[in-house]
Amino acid sequence: MMTKISPRSDLLMLVLFTAAILTMPIWLAPIGAGYPDLLQKFAIFGLFALGFNLLFGLTGYLSFGHAAFLGIGSYAAVWSFKLLGMNPIPALLFSVVFSSLFAVAIGYISLRRSGIYFSILTLAFAQMSYNLAYSVLTPITNGETGLRVLQSDPRLFDSSSEASGPLISNLFGIEMTGYSGFYFCAVLLIIGFYISQRIFRSPFGMMLRAVKSNQNRMSYTGLNTRPYTLAAFVISGTFAGVAGSLLAVTDPLAGAERMQWTASGEVVLMTILGGAGTLLGPILGAGLIKYFENIFSAYNEQTLHAIFSFLPDFMEGAVVSLASLFVGEGWHLTLGLLFMVIVIFLPGGIMEGFNRITKLFRRRPSRVGKRAGHSHSPASANAAE
Amino acid sequence: MEILSVKGVNKRFGGLKALDDVNLSIEQGHVHAIIGPNGAGKSTLLNCFVGRLIPDTGSVTFLGKDLIGAKPHEINQAGVSRVFQTPEIFGDLTLQENVMIPTLAKRDGAFTMNAWARVDGQGEIRDKAMHMLEDVGLAEKKDMRADSLSRGDKRRLELAMCLVQDPKLLLLDEPTAGMSRADTNNTIDLLKRIGERGITKIVIEHDMHVVFSLASKISVLAQGTVIAEGQPEDIKGDPRVQEAYLGGAHV
Repeated sequence: MMTKISPRSDLLMLVLFTAAILTMPIWLAPIGAGYPDLLQKFAIFGLFALGFNLLFGLTGYLSFGHAAFLGIGSYAAVWSFKLLGMNPIPALLFSVVFSSLFAVAIGYISLRRSGIYFSILTLAFAQMSYNLAYSVLTPITNGETGLRVLQSDPRLFDSSSEASGPLISNLFGIEMTGYSGFYFCAVLLIIGFYISQRIFRSPFGMMLRAVKSNQNRMSYTGLNTRPYTLAAFVISGTFAGVAGSLLAVTDPLAGAERMQWTASGEVVLMTILGGAGTLLGPILGAGLIKYFENIFSAYNEQTLHAIFSFLPDFMEGAVVSLASLFVGEGWHLTLGLLFMVIVIFLPGGIMEGFNRITKLFRRRPSRVGKRAGHSHSPASANAAE
Repeated sequence: MEILSVKGVNKRFGGLKALDDVNLSIEQGHVHAIIGPNGAGKSTLLNCFVGRLIPDTGSVTFLGKDLIGAKPHEINQAGVSRVFQTPEIFGDLTLQENVMIPTLAKRDGAFTMNAWARVDGQGEIRDKAMHMLEDVGLAEKKDMRADSLSRGDKRRLELAMCLVQDPKLLLLDEPTAGMSRADTNNTIDLLKRIGERGITKIVIEHDMHVVFSLASKISVLAQGTVIAEGQPEDIKGDPRVQEAYLGGAHV
């Protein structure tokens, strides 16, 4: 049957999660994903999806404009670098403040509607931010060129440092690139996971799931749904802001394309692929998509020839030309097919797949002793695991 | 003592006059049945009590508080709970969670940012919810999804969700509609048992068997107006009531 959720099992989950994230450079190396740039992306987009899931997974409100917060977080971080110096801590604080303020405003208006209208409103806000960043707001965003830190910027706390070459964010002397950059992102991902776990297990989280289930009953039960959804929206937007600021920390540059609707769509894909409403799913989904984007797209005919060299010549040619449709520029095709397969056969995402497999293994031995009367379907607690 | 007072309530939907100058007085501790043929305006009237509809004119006061224009959650927090014709429950959640939510709403109010506590640390709330589930005979199914219950069980669950809040006034909209005879009798027993808690109830019902076994007072609604009011025995013999129920057959 289902595992009981207890403070102890949650602690165990957190410890395992922490261990898995911190050892990623080791266990991802064999599949070619152990290099810092990609690891940073795993952590950053994992955090983005984790936050998105707090809104979409729990309350069912599908925001189609979450990339706006990613962009706002990036711009806020770069401005913090420009004004205060290259330390990532104030940059994170800047992003938290600005993304949450924007989330309050956008959420307050968008949450007046639900369903598709909510999605359209958030999409409209994100596209508005995107277009403004390119046009009217150029003084703040530096338009198409993107916002970057210049030697001539005030940088209040470290303007004296005579850096040669490009400016890199550094945490009290540790440069936020390579593996140290990844570990900085990883720590924030772990903190984000812990917060998300607490919310999932809290009465507040239960109320958010009630919003998804039946808003009518909620209000006739004496609960005001609006502040609950707004709180979820703001927390979720802030997660996205922090993710955006991490993008700037690992590479001090912010561009408007980060706010485009495709970026908003990507986080929806990540969450659904991994399993909306589950704790780990969105992070898995984010990892999978970033892996495809970086690894599959790097394959070319030569690598394919190398892989299929064991085949006889006449077959090798055919197989390679078929396979090349799915890699390189064609990686979107693979991703699209995978997404369709998952949505059709595993609507609960990868996590549902895991649950089905573990259930298969658990059922067999325990089947014998169980009486038929006790075969109640395990309830939604499963989805919360 | 009067708990709910309805004065001169009118509600019009386009050309249809759904409620026409309805006056009602609900006394504390009573089980007050509202009966009437289909389309008499019973559900419309109930919707005016819980904030789902706003009457065009008239007043609805609950223990001195004006309910016109109040939000559903405010009305509930004031002490009015409602059971719907089609059960409104949290389908994706477990039965235990379904009952814990109203219990928390009663304790913590309409909104609390209780994001750092744990649900499994709320022992008091859980015990209260479990007691309630035992009372309605659903304790064994506490970990099931509410969706998977039978219709009768869903109604009992919804009733548990309302009762756990110790409402001052409970509104029941056809609590036995679509139920088998056995289920109906179970529900009547359950409602009688909770009657002992002294909760004032308004029951809308078609089934006369249910009405006469529960109600201490009956109002008859026809075409949006109250045409008769009184003790069950008086209503049974009232020719106007028989006319309202059977009259349509002659025309």
